[in-house]
Amino acid sequence: MTDERIYLSTDTPPAEPAALVDDFTPTLITQANHHLCPGCGEPIAIRAAMEAIEELELAQSTITVFGIGCYTAFAHNLDVEVVQALHGRAPSVATGIKRMLPDGFVVTVQGDGDMVNEGLQEVLHAAARGENITCLLLNNGVFGETGGQMTTTTTLGQRTKTSIEGRDPHQHGHPILLSDLAATMDGAAYVARCAVNNAGNVARTKRYITRAYESQMAGAGFSLVEILTMCPTGWFVDTLEGPDYLQDTLAPVHNIGELKTP
Amino acid sequence: MSDRALLEGSEAIARAAVAAGCRFFTGYPMTPFTELLEHMAALLPEVDGVCMNAESELEAVGMAWGAATTGHLAATGSTGQGLSLMQESLSEITNARLPLVVFNMARGQGDYFQATRGGGHGDYRHIVLAPMDVPEAVELTKLAFELASQWRTPVMVLGDYYLAHTYQAVSVPSIEGAAPEVPDWALNGSSGGSGAAKIISPLGGGIEGEEGFDLGAHYAACAAHIQAMATGIEPLVDVGFCDDAELVVAAYGSVGKFVRYACLRLRDAGHRVGYVRPITLWPFPSEAAHNAVAGSAKVAVYEQNMGQMVDDVRLATMGAVPVEFIGGPSWDHSGFGIGPDINVPDISERILEALK
Repeated sequence: MTDERIYLSTDTPPAEPAALVDDFTPTLITQANHHLCPGCGEPIAIRAAMEAIEELELAQSTITVFGIGCYTAFAHNLDVEVVQALHGRAPSVATGIKRMLPDGFVVTVQGDGDMVNEGLQEVLHAAARGENITCLLLNNGVFGETGGQMTTTTTLGQRTKTSIEGRDPHQHGHPILLSDLAATMDGAAYVARCAVNNAGNVARTKRYITRAYESQMAGAGFSLVEILTMCPTGWFVDTLEGPDYLQDTLAPVHNIGELKTP
Repeated sequence: MSDRALLEGSEAIARAAVAAGCRFFTGYPMTPFTELLEHMAALLPEVDGVCMNAESELEAVGMAWGAATTGHLAATGSTGQGLSLMQESLSEITNARLPLVVFNMARGQGDYFQATRGGGHGDYRHIVLAPMDVPEAVELTKLAFELASQWRTPVMVLGDYYLAHTYQAVSVPSIEGAAPEVPDWALNGSSGGSGAAKIISPLGGGIEGEEGFDLGAHYAACAAHIQAMATGIEPLVDVGFCDDAELVVAAYGSVGKFVRYACLRLRDAGHRVGYVRPITLWPFPSEAAHNAVAGSAKVAVYEQNMGQMVDDVRLATMGAVPVEFIGGPSWDHSGFGIGPDINVPDISERILEALK
């Protein structure tokens, strides 16, 4: 496939800050203004996660555990309880919480660098144990916070600062498809992958997250929702091209759909 | 109530931990820490507690971190090697101001720096308690949970192979007592939706962009807290025969007990030797050590390593008397630090050499 995109230079900062059009802020998000780049998909995913908590009336029993990435900014912007964990380590921290508070509702929020690179062992063991928690993976196929380096979910051919000519399987290896891997675990009750690059997918994301939460409420075991999110800054594409880039680059490899249901 | 019983150190410590209110324990098997994990696995279900055989030390410390945020007393541990893996989390748990007790059943005494300097990244210290034997370990385990709760910080109990595996007659604390009440800062989800949901973070609290969210201020508060512990915690120390001692020998832990006995025998033989055995390694009993050596001609430090606590002894004595290191790394072929170097005749010989 010939890549005919016009790429920006890798040191181009975002051209303008995100503009507040109206206040659509869900009640569990404290302030509408986030500090992430324009075109970022993570706030949409966080919003869906928070709306589902509110709709299932879980706000007063929820403890979220945040990993380290751009989305970490939301750890200080929520009206649900938060534990800030280390990069990669949210599932074990969530495990300790859930084991001491079996009636609590426990959700982790991690990126692909966090969950699949640094913390692959943690999430897979949590899945295998059937830990009754919900893990949310915000997967943009790149280290967004540090400025666009390759993660293990980066797809073949994808340009990053550490795979500048595109990810080459001979040099950089192949991407890990986390949800597919987690779905093979006997302890996993619900595993699904979705995206936030168009309205239909956003609605699907909310639906999948709700099902994952319901699975935890029913005590069914481990649940995981992987959400493909846009990162135009880390992808070095124009802000408005983010949704299409996601569709063309990540979605064909990290297939959208429910992989395992109770 | 408590009964006297012949118990392996690991079991005595496990019972003391549960009696102190510990309700969550997790670890990864590793000699000589393994038996502590086994005993906790057997004991905790009796009090509706949780013990997890973690997938690795990384997960163990993560699980303990999570359990600690719920306000229930949590503990983990390993040997020094496993604790190396845990250090990233232990540093952050310290800045998140969470109580946690960490047991190091070390292989020899090479972990003194790891224990007392803050073994991970960043700028912090942990309270470190070094029992010499099983009865003292039972007392210090109780103290460790009390200090962890009082100061909301990790506290380490630094033991070794001898401590973990020696059977000794001890007063066994009953594990039937109620656990302490869950403190106000703990999470249980209930503050969600209130407009002021709780956050427990090594980066501090507050809403981003608003007053109260300030990483610099948080780190300054953490530093002030470490300083408050350094001055507010009464250091524990065991001092003997120092009033007229020509030579004072400093040692800690199980090794300290051997050194103490060697000094006792040398006293009987007419040698003017005294001993200082720090029990809290942090805060280090500097003032007591300084006073103990005041009238002596020399201080000898016996450790089963290349010389680590000797630095703290030098700092404590501030050049008042010469400080000589008479220890050395264990030449035990098993690597567990149970070699012939921990032996009264050998230690006595080195002390006599230092007396010359």
